[in-house]
Amino acid sequence: MSRLEIRSLRKSFEGTDVIKGIDLVIEDREFCVFLGPSGCGKSTTLRLIAGLEEVDDGQILLDKDDITDRAVDKRDLAMVFQSYALYPHMTVRENMSFALKLAHKDQRSIDEKVARAAKILALEPYLDRKPSALSGGQRQRVAIGRAITREPRVFLFDEPLSNLDAALRAQTRLEIARLHQELNATMIYVTHDQVEAMTLADRIAIFSEGRIEQVGTPLELYRRPVNRFVAGFLGMPQMNFLAATAVDGELRLGNGNLLHLPTCIDATGDLTVGVRPEHLRVCDEGDGSGETLNGKLTVVERLGSETYAYVDVPQVGSITVRADGDFERRAGRDICIRLDLTHAHVFDATGAAIHHP
Amino acid sequence: MARNRPTRRLARTLRALASWIVALVVFFPILWMLLTSFKTELDAFSMPPHFVFSPTLENYREILARANYLHYAWNSIVTAGGATILGMVVAVPAAYAFAYHPTKRTKDVLLWMLSTKMLPGVGVLVPIYLICRDLNMLDSRLALVIIFALINLPIMVWMIYTYFRDIPYDILEAARMDGAGTWQTMFRVLIPVSRGGLASTALLCLILSWNEAFWSLNLTTSSAAPLTALVASFSSPEGLFWAKLSAVSTLACAPILVLGWLSQRQLVRGLTFGAVK
Repeated sequence: MSRLEIRSLRKSFEGTDVIKGIDLVIEDREFCVFLGPSGCGKSTTLRLIAGLEEVDDGQILLDKDDITDRAVDKRDLAMVFQSYALYPHMTVRENMSFALKLAHKDQRSIDEKVARAAKILALEPYLDRKPSALSGGQRQRVAIGRAITREPRVFLFDEPLSNLDAALRAQTRLEIARLHQELNATMIYVTHDQVEAMTLADRIAIFSEGRIEQVGTPLELYRRPVNRFVAGFLGMPQMNFLAATAVDGELRLGNGNLLHLPTCIDATGDLTVGVRPEHLRVCDEGDGSGETLNGKLTVVERLGSETYAYVDVPQVGSITVRADGDFERRAGRDICIRLDLTHAHVFDATGAAIHHP
Repeated sequence: MARNRPTRRLARTLRALASWIVALVVFFPILWMLLTSFKTELDAFSMPPHFVFSPTLENYREILARANYLHYAWNSIVTAGGATILGMVVAVPAAYAFAYHPTKRTKDVLLWMLSTKMLPGVGVLVPIYLICRDLNMLDSRLALVIIFALINLPIMVWMIYTYFRDIPYDILEAARMDGAGTWQTMFRVLIPVSRGGLASTALLCLILSWNEAFWSLNLTTSSAAPLTALVASFSSPEGLFWAKLSAVSTLACAPILVLGWLSQRQLVRGLTFGAVK
């Protein structure tokens, strides 16, 4: 059992509050991803859990055991660093057995554990090499192997893939997912990459400015973001945000178009309508209804399987549309787009979601 | 582009030539000392100087007969070696604290340490002499060990601090996560990782202590006198015997020169540690 509970966690550096009260429960064997932009406090939270930073206020419980003030080496956690942080003067084998040697484990069990980790990570041919003789991906695997041999109660990953190139990142991402299934361990994973978060996580905690904005499964967060920040952070390209005013339960855009949402909006004043690029489509000409917008195609990004069209709509702003890979129109042309309002989100002036699809 | 090629080749040749000239100018005094040590006193004095002469070992024979070279050499080894060990024992933990647990005043303390190097030694000669006298440490190797270590400490701390700063802190945190305490982290991770830098620091301290003359001349007479004192003893009372002086200087420089030669790769690697990391 390795259930981690964080209660009202706070941390400040030189008078600046960095973590402003975090509550979170990570269940046994769960893969939890801390996602957020840089400087949002996700890495600091991980370091507080690891014990590498001192907690100012709040509690960290591991299986109801208070580890808030426990020394780093007594917490039984293992961490994989962004920079790998391998010991450059030791071979791969020595790197992976260092913790076990410090714990005075007998040589036979050390050898067994290193062999097992090397087998899982396909590192057997490299056991006697120094880290400098390994590629970036192999070094990352050694860093993971060093954590595995420890058999910790919780694995902590601090942006482990950000130093790898795109192809290797995708491959290592799969390996980490496989590893989680194989080891069946509790894992906390910090990243700013939403693809990593969406693909790996059982649950994602989205951080912003030292707070958790929302916790949930990847699809929950994608489909029902609680606020504009979460809605904008998840999704590539970003959700379109259109300024609107509420008029008799309907929404009026800046260009005067009236949007008829499936349900009535019980709000007044300035609101924001959020529509994801995949819920817009290009149409031949406006049918006069409020859901069609006329604009000019400014940029077209062709990715092969799909195309992103950036459309400038007067008095509304720039809108991104996801179209098919065979989208043929060129930039500079006039274009008409249709909003699929069954998938629209509405946010109030504070950014909180007041309507979900 | 093609027209530039001869110009570039010429520039390269000139650069090489200039490097050779500078190297020869720097090396010349040592070469001259070595040559003079094998001359007779007459040859050594001749003007213009002789480059071709019949070499003799007479100077060395006479020096070894007159003075107990091994006694002085042993004193040099003990004082320079002892100062290096003492200096490292103090400097490594100090640099660790400065590099990894800095406070608001760390930079100031480091600068203050360095500023003590700007104080001329003679300015504190009297107090240190009196302290040594009162502690009954005049003409003792221990006094030299302590003083050499102290005068080299600022530079040692600075050098080691710079090497430590180049080592990613993540590695030390990883060691902590792996269960290593402060001393284990230092001895099993930090010191092995920075051994190039530590070796060059130790070597520099060894060379500086070996060549130190001011304090050895003022605080020792015979029993603790190192090689620098031996060299000095050949200069004054005898008048100017260039050949013998050169021979004794050669004997004094030789061990450290050989050591420097053998470890030059380590030394250069250590001094450019940050660049090749």
